[in-house]
Amino acid sequence: MRYLSGIATIGLAGERCTGCGLCAEVCPHAVFELRNGKASIADRDACMECGACVSNCAFGALSVDKGVGCAAAIINGMITGGEPSCDCSGGDKKGSCC
Amino acid sequence: MTELKFINRPGEQGGPEASTGCGCSPSFISVGSKPAGVCCPSPTVATGTGKAPAWIKGTIMTEAGAVPEISVNLTAEDFIGHARCRISAYRNSYTVPPGLYTAGSPDANSEVFVSANYKLSFDALRSSLKGINAWVLVLDTKGINVWCAAGKGTFSTEELVGRISSTQLPAVVRHRRVIVPQLGAPGISAHKVRQKSGFQVKYGPVRAADIPAYVAAGYKASREMREVKFPLIDRLILTPMEIRPALGYFLWYAAAVLLIFGLQPTGILFRDALTGGMPFLIFGLLSVFSGAFLTPLLLPAIPSSSFAVKGWIMGMLTLYPVERYSSLSVAGSPLLLVCVYLFFPVASSFIALQFTGSTTFTGMTGVRKELRLALPISISAAIISTALLTIHKLLQWGII
Repeated sequence: MRYLSGIATIGLAGERCTGCGLCAEVCPHAVFELRNGKASIADRDACMECGACVSNCAFGALSVDKGVGCAAAIINGMITGGEPSCDCSGGDKKGSCC
Repeated sequence: MTELKFINRPGEQGGPEASTGCGCSPSFISVGSKPAGVCCPSPTVATGTGKAPAWIKGTIMTEAGAVPEISVNLTAEDFIGHARCRISAYRNSYTVPPGLYTAGSPDANSEVFVSANYKLSFDALRSSLKGINAWVLVLDTKGINVWCAAGKGTFSTEELVGRISSTQLPAVVRHRRVIVPQLGAPGISAHKVRQKSGFQVKYGPVRAADIPAYVAAGYKASREMREVKFPLIDRLILTPMEIRPALGYFLWYAAAVLLIFGLQPTGILFRDALTGGMPFLIFGLLSVFSGAFLTPLLLPAIPSSSFAVKGWIMGMLTLYPVERYSSLSVAGSPLLLVCVYLFFPVASSFIALQFTGSTTFTGMTGVRKELRLALPISISAAIISTALLTIHKLLQWGII
C-alpha cells in the first residue's frame, strides 16, 4: 500500500552516517538500505514520517518533518492554530483517537 | 498494612495516573512499611481482601521486592474487553498499572520485554510469551497503544529510563538489555536510553505474535518481522470506530434534512419532511457506508493514492445505482440532481480522509497536502449544495 509519492520529507546527511544500520532496523516500511557500509534511502515514497529513524540515529544523520498522518489531528491543529494534535496527546485529557 | 489494593481496574475510570506515586510495583501489590525517601523497600505481598485482576497469577520475590506474575493465556473476559475496545470509547480506559511483571519464571538473566499500559497492547505481548520466561516492563502511556504513544511522546526515552529506575530493574536483572517493540522506536532514542540508564535497547518485532519466532531465532527479527502491513482483517477491525463518529455527525445532518424538507409556508409538516427528506437521508447513510466502511475495506483496490479521491470514487459508485434505479431518484428536479451528485460523493470523500489517522502508512506531509485541496472543495460543495437546496425550496413555495 502506497500513499502520495514525492512528498516525504525524510533527509539523510550521508557524511554523518556511520553505517550502524539502526535506521533500517527501526523503519516499519523498509525505506533504508545499507550500501557500501552506509545507509541510503532506497524507497523514499514508502516513508510515513514516523521519525523512528531520526530519534534513533546517534549521529544526527537523519531528519524528517515528523508528525501524525491523521486528517482529524491536522484539522484540529488548523482550528487551534497549533501543531497537529489528537485529543489523547495532551496531559490528562484522553481522547479517542487511534 | 498488607491489604491488597488494586486501584486501576481495567475498564474503570481513573487511569494510570491514579496509581500510588512510587511506581516500583503495580499498585495492587501493597507496600509494607515505607521509610521516607526510599521507594518500595521489600514490599510485602498481601494475601488480603482486595481483588487483583484475573490475569495476575501470583507474585514472585525478587531483589526489588514482590513482582506480580501474569497469565500468558487470554480468557473470555479479555476477548470481550478487546471487542469493546474496537467498537466504543471503552478503549479510553482499558489500562493496566505500569510497572514490572513476570511471565513464567524469569531469573536475573532473563530478557525484559517493554510494553504500553493499554491493555490491548499488554495482552498482545503476554499472550505471545507462552513458554518464555521473561520480565515485562509496562510503561505509563496513558492507556494508549505503543505506536500512537511513541508518536505522541508518552512511550518515550524519559518514561523508559524512569520506569527502569523506579522498578529497580538494575537490581532485578544482571544484564543491561531491554527489548522494546519496534513500533515504540519513534518515541525512543536507543543511544540516550543507554547514556541515561546503562540499558541497551534492542528492538523486537513489530507484531507481538512474532516474539516466539524472534526468540527462537536468537533474538533476531527478520525483515518480514520488521515491516508493518495493513491486511484486510486489520482494516475491517478498524471500521466500527470510523462508522461510529460518522454516524454521530449523520444525526445532526438528518435533523437538518428533516427540518429543511418539512419546512413549508404553513409550518413544519412531518409527512413532507419524511417523503421529501428520505432520499437525502438514505444518500447520507450511503456516504457514511462508502467513506467509513467500503473505502477502508477495499483500500488497496480503489484507484488513486489519495484518500480523498478514493472516498469520492466509492461515494459515487454507491450513490449512482441507488439514485438512478430506485424510487429515491431525484431526477425529477435538475437542481436536486446537481445538489445530490455534488454533495454526497464529497461527503464520502471527507469521511474517507478521516481513515488516514488509522492507517499504517500515511505521513503528515501527505495528509496535509490532501487537506489543502480537499477541505476547500468539501466546504464549497457543502455551501453550493445548500444554496441549490434553498433555491429548490423557494421554487417549490413559488417565491421565485
